[in-house]
Parts: sequence; C-alpha cells; structure tokens
Amino acid sequence: MIIAVASGKGGTGKTTVAVGLAIIAGRAQLLDCDVEEPNAHLFLHPQLTTRSPVSIPVPEVDTERCTLCGCCREACQFHAMAVMGKQVLVFPELCHGCGACALACPEDAIREVPREVGVVEGGKAGKIAFVHGRLNVGEPMATPVIRAVKAHLDGERLAIIDAAPGTACPVVEAVKDSDFCLLVTEPTPFGLSDLRLAVEVMEKMAIPCGVVINRSGDGDEATESFCASKDLPLLGRIPFDRRIAEAYAHGQHPVYALPELGLRFEEVLARTLECARGGRR
Amino acid sequence: MKELVVISGKGGTGKTTILASFAALAGRSMLADCDVDAPDLYLLLHPEVSYQEEFRGGQLAVVNQERCLRCGRCREVCRFEAITPEFSVEPLDCEGCGACRVVCPAEAVELRERVAGDWFGGQTKYGPMVFARLRPAEENSGKLVVLVRKEARAQAERDGIDLLLTDGPPGIGCPVIATLANADLALIVTEPTPSGLHDLERTVELCRHFRVPAAVCVNKFDLNPELEGRVRAFCAQSHVTVTQSIPFDESVTKAIQQGRSLVEYDTGAASRAVAAVWREVAHRLAGDEGLGAGVR
Repeated sequence: MIIAVASGKGGTGKTTVAVGLAIIAGRAQLLDCDVEEPNAHLFLHPQLTTRSPVSIPVPEVDTERCTLCGCCREACQFHAMAVMGKQVLVFPELCHGCGACALACPEDAIREVPREVGVVEGGKAGKIAFVHGRLNVGEPMATPVIRAVKAHLDGERLAIIDAAPGTACPVVEAVKDSDFCLLVTEPTPFGLSDLRLAVEVMEKMAIPCGVVINRSGDGDEATESFCASKDLPLLGRIPFDRRIAEAYAHGQHPVYALPELGLRFEEVLARTLECARGGRR
Repeated sequence: MKELVVISGKGGTGKTTILASFAALAGRSMLADCDVDAPDLYLLLHPEVSYQEEFRGGQLAVVNQERCLRCGRCREVCRFEAITPEFSVEPLDCEGCGACRVVCPAEAVELRERVAGDWFGGQTKYGPMVFARLRPAEENSGKLVVLVRKEARAQAERDGIDLLLTDGPPGIGCPVIATLANADLALIVTEPTPSGLHDLERTVELCRHFRVPAAVCVNKFDLNPELEGRVRAFCAQSHVTVTQSIPFDESVTKAIQQGRSLVEYDTGAASRAVAAVWREVAHRLAGDEGLGAGVR
C-alpha cells in the first residue's frame, strides 16, 4: 500500500503529517520525495547508512566522427545542443537525458555519459525504513531524483511518500502509482485555493484522495463545504495550537510533544487506510 | 528598473504575506506572481483582470494509429515509459522529447504543442500585476515563470514604473531558478525551525550560484529564539544580511482570511515589523549599502 502526502500550497504540514503517520504505523517505509527541500529527516532523525548518486545520461560528442550536420540539435527538444562554428556545444543543465540526440546522430558520434544531479540516502529510524533524495543546488530538474527515491519502494510494507508542494511535474512524479493521496491544507483562502488545484491534479491522475485540515480552528467551513461538494473524505484535523508550532520549531514531532495528537494521527491513519482499501475517491 | 524577488526554499514561511504588504507600502509598483503552481498573491491584491492568454509550453507525442506498424521501436527508446503496449501516449508521462519520433520507421509520431497554463494581467490598487497558473499536472513551470517576468517587465516599462516586486515559488528547482535569474535582490523568508534553517542554507547557496544578492528575513522568530540566533549566525558566516525579524502573530492568518495585506489589516507587532523590513529592503534596492553587500 502506497500513501502519498501532498498539498498545493507549501508549508501546510505535509512533512508533519507524513512523519506522524509513519511514527504511528511503526513498521512502515517513509520516502521523502521533496528532493528540492527534503525535511522529514529533521524530525525522524534516521541513521543514514546508504548513499548513492543520481545521474542522468548526457551527450558527449566525438569530434573526430562528428560532421556538424546538426541532426542532434534538431532532435533535441530542450535546446540543450547547438552547433557553433566547428563544434557542437552541449548545455547539460537543459538536457533531460532522453537520448534523442544519440538516436538521431547518423555518424554514431554521440556517447552518453552520466552527470550527477543529486543523491539518494537511506537508513532506519527505529522500525521505520527511511529513504530521501536531495537535488544538487543549481540543478533545475527534480524528477530524476524523485524516480531514484521511488526505486527503493519495497512493496511489502506500508509506504508513505512525502511530496513536494505544488501542482507540477515533481508532484506528479512523487504521487504517481500511489493507492491514495492525502492532501494537507489549512483553513485560509490560500489553503483552499491551492487545495482546489491539488484536487484537480489528483483527478487528472485518477488517484483517490482525502483531506486533512492542519491549523484547524476558526474558518474550517469553506474547506468542509468544498470537500462535500467534491465528495472528498475529510480524514482528520490538526488543531491550530502554538505548542505544535513550537514543538516543530524545536525539531520535535508534535506527536511526542502533545500526546493527545497521537490519537488524532491514529484516527487519520485508520481512516486513510480504510479509504485507500476501498479505493474511495 | 529594480526587481526584488521574495523566495523561501521552504513553503509557507510567509512570502506572499510579506510581498503583499510591500506592495501596499511601496506606493506604486509592478507586481508579478511567479508561483505558477499555486498562485495566491491575487487573493490579497485582487487585480481586475483585463487580459488572459494561454501559455503553450512543451510538447506531447501523438501516435498516428493508422500509420503505426506496431514495431515497438518507440517503446524501446522511451525512457519515460510513456508509450502504452497499445502504442498510445500517456500524457502525464510524456516528456515531449521526441526520441520516439526519431526512431519511428513509419513517421507515425507527431509532436504537438501543449497548452500548459494560462497567464493573466490586470490592475491592483498598488499597480499593474501579472500572474499565471499552470494547468494541473503540467510541466514547464520554469518557462511560464520566464514569461510572467518578461511580461511584467514590459508592462512596467510601458507604464514608466521602476520597481518590480516578484513573489516566488518554494523549492530550489526550475521555477525558482527562473524567478531568480538576474534579479537585483532576493529576500529569502525563513522561519526558526529545523526545516526553515535547512532550506535557507540551500536557498542562500542557490543565490550565490546564480550571483543574485540576497538578504534574509526571519518570520515567526519568537517560535524558537535560539534557532533564530542560529539563522543569524549562519547568515553572518555566509556574509548575508539579516533584516529585522517578524514575530508570530495571529493577525497574519486573520488578514489572509479577510483577503487583505497585513499592513492594511492592522498595525500590530508583525505588521510594524514587516514595515521595518520594507524600509531596509527599499534602502538596499535604492543602492544604499546599509544592508550589506550581500552574497557574491
């Protein structure tokens, strides 16, 4: 069973929810797929024991064989190659590693070499198996690193995926193939607007989802009526409580700081699993 | 023209709240929302939208089923597993790279432009604004950001406005890089949490990588004053200036709930602190080096 935790807006509490669920579940796998800003390790404190670089294949042109015909440049849809004077220039940051240039080269002059764009690290935090990825600073493309993190899905136990915020390709890559997605929101116009967008993404991906309201208190009604209108299950609420914010600020998961929160997370987990099994939208 | 971009690394640290208040304090400026995944600035500034256009970015492979020989070459070369066993293309997986088209012996593959988003222009009471929205699950947010900034600059030029205030997306990937490139100053908003500090370190490094001067502002500083101290120490070590910090204040949420910028909503502690941050940032933008030379 794979449960993804996502949100349109950043800072709504995805990591709090994902880590909280893993703590409550115990024997689970937690995959932090927010590779631009991975944070789950800061609250789970895993012992990281494995580390492997993530590379994408980028072209290297054999100048002896190259006839400067420009076929590679034409094939490349990402403007990562240019023919300038008597050489072919490669712009590695623009390369998506698709291999079209090598396929298009009539002289067989292109060889692909790995270029490191990030790293995947893994380890354990108690019974929780932990994996996260880090995109190298300055690299634009997160998806190859997310794919590399997800290659560690073990398929045996409950897997919880912490996704990046937003509605674009990093979210799609992280959430893809999940059985269910928990969308974390907050009861503000920002939270609701971005929740709507996130729900559209899940609809497009045909992934069943449910909602958790974080910083719940005044003004949940708009979120509630949106959920009702979309027939989205509201799977739990985390109260707006300065003690939670302070625990988080001290690197402590709020479940440990406020024991009553543990019960709420248990309920969220139970209801999420129930919905996921039922494939409920 | 000077451009200030507000970014954060970690999401939810208060970028949009701060930027909307800056707009109110600056008098007249050009405004741009480059968080094209989850644009929220319009919810505080309420632009009257006067134009809207589709954004075309990226491509999608389409297999002509009548021509297709079902030879399977396209499936062999596609590194994104976007071609189904029935030789149709799964749009969510297709990167638009065209490797399939290169190898297809029957010329059955066509690359079509995708409509990946929409962008909007209009007027707010503080100046014209450009913003955009990526369509759900689309790619090319970086290109859409480039478009928003280009249109905002053009509009500012037409209107004779010499200040551009840009709200950025979270993260450090392509839309952030597209927001940051060639800006005059990046204000990095962080919070005194382990995530805030961790993400700040990566964001400062990103600014240095792209040679954009940066300043840091700690929001909700009193949630953990000790960590605020560590943020300041990190910034001192990295030669990045830190502005006045902003306290945790429930008015911030209330202002958002009412759809107003914080400085319009009240004159409480957070509101006054944001105004002080604006004075520091405005000085720095005006060329006063009071705020330090920043990252170079």
